[in-house]
Amino acid sequence: MRARPIVLLVLALLLAGCTSTGPEKDGRITLRFQSLAWQEESVQANKELVKEWNARHPNVKVQYVQGSWDSVHDQLLTSFEGGQAPDIIHDASDDLADFAYGGYLADLHPLLPARLKSDIPQRSWDTTTFGDGVYGVPFLQEPRVLVADATWLKRAGVRIPTVQHPWSWPEFRRITERLSGNGTYGVAWPLKEPVSATLNLSLSTGGELFHRGADGKVTVRFEADDEVVPRTIHDQANTDRSASPTTLGSGGSDTLPGFFGGKYAMVPLGFSYRQQIAQQAPKGFDWQVLPAPAGTDGLAQGVSPQTLSIAQDSRHKKEAAEFIDFLLRPSNMVRLALGDWMLPTGTRALADPALHTAQDGWATGTALAARLRSAPSQSVRGYPEWKDKVATPAFQEYYSGAIGLDELRHRLEKDGNLVLARYQR
Amino acid sequence: MRTRTTTRIGQYAALLAYLVFLALPFLWLLSTAFKSPRELGSLHPTWIPRHPTLDNFRQAFDEQPLLHAALNSLLAAAGAAVVAVVVATPPAYVMARRRSALTRAATGWVIVSQAFPLVLVIIPLFLVLKNLRLVDSLAGLTLVYVVWALPFALWMLAGYVRAVPTEVEEAAAVDGAGRARTLVSVVAPLLAPGIVATGLFAFVTAWNEFFFALVLLKTSEKQTLPVVLTHFIGAEGVADLGPLAAAAFLATLPSLVVFAIVQRRITGGMLTGAVKS
Repeated sequence: MRARPIVLLVLALLLAGCTSTGPEKDGRITLRFQSLAWQEESVQANKELVKEWNARHPNVKVQYVQGSWDSVHDQLLTSFEGGQAPDIIHDASDDLADFAYGGYLADLHPLLPARLKSDIPQRSWDTTTFGDGVYGVPFLQEPRVLVADATWLKRAGVRIPTVQHPWSWPEFRRITERLSGNGTYGVAWPLKEPVSATLNLSLSTGGELFHRGADGKVTVRFEADDEVVPRTIHDQANTDRSASPTTLGSGGSDTLPGFFGGKYAMVPLGFSYRQQIAQQAPKGFDWQVLPAPAGTDGLAQGVSPQTLSIAQDSRHKKEAAEFIDFLLRPSNMVRLALGDWMLPTGTRALADPALHTAQDGWATGTALAARLRSAPSQSVRGYPEWKDKVATPAFQEYYSGAIGLDELRHRLEKDGNLVLARYQR
Repeated sequence: MRTRTTTRIGQYAALLAYLVFLALPFLWLLSTAFKSPRELGSLHPTWIPRHPTLDNFRQAFDEQPLLHAALNSLLAAAGAAVVAVVVATPPAYVMARRRSALTRAATGWVIVSQAFPLVLVIIPLFLVLKNLRLVDSLAGLTLVYVVWALPFALWMLAGYVRAVPTEVEEAAAVDGAGRARTLVSVVAPLLAPGIVATGLFAFVTAWNEFFFALVLLKTSEKQTLPVVLTHFIGAEGVADLGPLAAAAFLATLPSLVVFAIVQRRITGGMLTGAVKS
């Protein structure tokens, strides 16, 4: 008998949970903004901006919905299929292609104000342009940089690279060899996700890998320019022993204890990892941010910026675009960039003095912004499958020394083109 | 004598090793939850935090609505457990006591239903719930959890019913009890441990469930604890480890507490009727 009140309470609470506010009430519009912000400062910045918008726009209320990078693709896919997608969607440009081609996202070109269009450079818009439409506003991006133990480099007497005078790939290899020995390594490559890291860095040596023919179809060709970066990493790990073999399968965070503990002189990481480094570095540990090595195309690098999109099913696209415009005003973009420890794409935001300080390597990253380009994989249909089934195991085996360059080429091209062909019939 | 002692020591050593093996991840989680970011970045991590801190818990609560999410999880899990047990008990009794082609088919279906992968059902399920206006509601999620738990609950409860000797029911009938009275006053009390165990299974399954909750709940206010935990994970799997460990530790507590409270009852129930007296 005592169980009855508990059962009734559970049922009553469930029914209470069932009720939901409608999208519109008294002519007021409610927009759902799904944000993937996850770091403390970033979540705070996003929530503050939503609050500011709501205070200024009583008739267009924005509801903050917390999403997760970990599961965003599956979650969005089911939301789109079920017609329940958020109005404003935070994602990354490399996740948009299938949604854009699938008709789930609105073409933003007619919706966005001229201010925003002109503030963000074309090379960034290229990352969210699929066919004739623009399906996301790229707003935050991060280059891959070398985070270095400054004391170690100073002690070794190596030349410190700058954005104006970066290391070349051969020079980088020589220096890591010089820094290695006695169980320590010049570099620790965290290559849990080897494909995007390799492809994006290969733009510096002119590597394109994906080649679009006159018929619009994409094929994989692993040519001499594509070989430089993977061969350097392979030789560091397997020939020179200047790259730690144990971190090749690790994520960036996993390399940090070894970096702080003096096992590795440098770690190539995304720019936003600085937040973790600033938080976790032992007291007195002197670290600095260096540009990644340069090739025939200088410091060019591929990136997949974070984006804001509008769902095709949204009934309030105009208002959603106005909210995006508000969120990405230069001063607001700076707040978002600082919160995520990333670079804004907007030229006016990028000029903000807060992003040009030497502290925590901000100035180095900002100086690299002009070299960032659309990642090679960006608009390739079938890329996720090619990456998971063909390229990831092939690169992992190559870096571990299990296969050679010819076998790597064979797999990327032969097996890879079979996969891509299925998406381009 | 010496051989028996050696065997006993070996058995205890094996048991201890097994317990340590099971407890290690939880102990590491506990240790991580109390470490500062600097200690988390140490090359030589220690089991006992050198400078224990509650900052991770503070940050976890500041950043994410953990209590609200826990309440949502509790509602969905408790609701699913209660409804699954109530719905599963009568058919489980029939499955255990009546031998027919239908009960055999039902048992077969229960086993087959366990083989369906989640991804296969999620989109049709989403569309069905959408038509019923149950997307983005805890009631809809609870319904899904009930349906998901039902086959195993049926199978589990049927096993418990089989363990109740039919002679007990016959004795009740001889004493003049009707079918309903026999079920309520005689069978149900003997089934109590089984019902508790089944309810617990449904509760823990729903409490830990992630994918349905991720897909079916849209507004932040309705998200359950496993979904909120992923908010501590960023792009490329980078995690805010300290707050994540703190929140994950708190999320495991209810299951542990429930098990600790009812464990004796379940064990007692499982042994009931195991031997003839």
